[in-house]
Amino acid sequence: MVTTQVHASDQHEAMARPRPSDTLSLAAWTIAARVVDPEIPVLTIEDLGVLRSVKVTSDAVAVTLTPTYSGCPAMDAMRDDVLGVLTAAGYQNVSVRLVLSPAWTTDWMSEIGKAKLREYGIAAPTGHATVRGSGPAGPIRLKMAVKCPRCSSLNTRELARFGSTSCKSLYECRDCLEPFDYFKVL
Amino acid sequence: MTDDTVNIDSAEADADNHGHVAVDVTTLDAELIEGPSVATADIAEYALWLGDDSLILAQQLGAWISRAPELEEDVALGNVGLDLIGHARSLLHYAGTATNRSEDDLAYWRTEPDFRSLHIVEQPNGDFAHTIARQFIVSHYLFELYSRLRASADATLAAIAAKAVKEVDYHRDHSKQWVLRLTQGTDESRRRMVTALSDLWPYVEEIFRDDPLIERLEGIAVRPSSLRPAFDAAIAPVLAEAELEIPRGFVASGGGRTGKHSEHLAFLLAEMQVLTRAHPGASW
Repeated sequence: MVTTQVHASDQHEAMARPRPSDTLSLAAWTIAARVVDPEIPVLTIEDLGVLRSVKVTSDAVAVTLTPTYSGCPAMDAMRDDVLGVLTAAGYQNVSVRLVLSPAWTTDWMSEIGKAKLREYGIAAPTGHATVRGSGPAGPIRLKMAVKCPRCSSLNTRELARFGSTSCKSLYECRDCLEPFDYFKVL
Repeated sequence: MTDDTVNIDSAEADADNHGHVAVDVTTLDAELIEGPSVATADIAEYALWLGDDSLILAQQLGAWISRAPELEEDVALGNVGLDLIGHARSLLHYAGTATNRSEDDLAYWRTEPDFRSLHIVEQPNGDFAHTIARQFIVSHYLFELYSRLRASADATLAAIAAKAVKEVDYHRDHSKQWVLRLTQGTDESRRRMVTALSDLWPYVEEIFRDDPLIERLEGIAVRPSSLRPAFDAAIAPVLAEAELEIPRGFVASGGGRTGKHSEHLAFLLAEMQVLTRAHPGASW
């Protein structure tokens, strides 16, 4: 029983963070993985699951990223930053491509990333995406309570579904009375 | 007056001097799936249909920023528009692969008869209720469309749809909440919502009309008429809760898919394209 669970979570992690198996590519991955989201600078592109592949060949490095939201303007900055850090580390002919498939989901956000997000004052996504990129759309709309990142109260309410960036909505805590951002499930 | 303004003024004075406006060139060289993919002429035309719908609707929603009834709505409609711009960029980029044109070539350098948008997305923003009625209809349609398009035999269209469907789900919910809030609010808000739905409803028919192109894209495109039952089923409970009846009356002629547009599109395009056309090649 336990082994199958571990296996499933390993598989999930391999999907969220498909680290390359060869040493050269992994070294470049580790450098690219340090690039942060310009809007939420505590999260790296690796924490988010936005970094999809890094491949080092004899004369070039090819990196693949996936956008969080289709129109997210932060993607341009992340791409430029990946080019920047790898070039600064001495790599030549670095190219960055954006891929849409498989579609990004908040389910790929790492546990470390979620903890950093809470510490930064943004509530991390709760539960799992119901509308999946592939397969039938789940009919279940389970709404889980969002925990206030300041006082941990579950007595919170949504003020606006759309927040300061595509990925966030605006909440308020009814105990400590502070408004806060919530990274919504996608 | 800033330096930028001076540059633009001097560029206008000298028709050949367009280059000074450029500040930074960032292009979306997004490969949509692994490996390069080039659309066939028919698939490009279909991608243009869907891309133009999103592009025109996004342009409309952008006009609400700083004018919505509350700050949260400025942000919400802006975010919805941003998602739609994202879908439009992917779809137009793909459409352009067939004729070696960029997404910007398609957005800024086509004229009205070359656009393929549906009449409903061209309808004016009107009051807030009209915008909500338009969002309610279009986002419910798009959700059903992209849900089905995920299974397209064309891998690029399937990838775009799989990405878009999750975002459109939020748009759908946003419009639904407002339909309920306006119909159950004051007499005035209810009156406006009822009027808006009856003004927009004549344009619903065109959304689900099958164009001959569809016959050539079996398994790749989604047959519009096949989406109607799911659309009707999705909006019925909301209309029931809102105590709204489906308006009866005339059906608009449509024709957007063949380049016959309502009187509103040309004005919208003029505003959307003016900067690019005044300063060809400029980027920002």
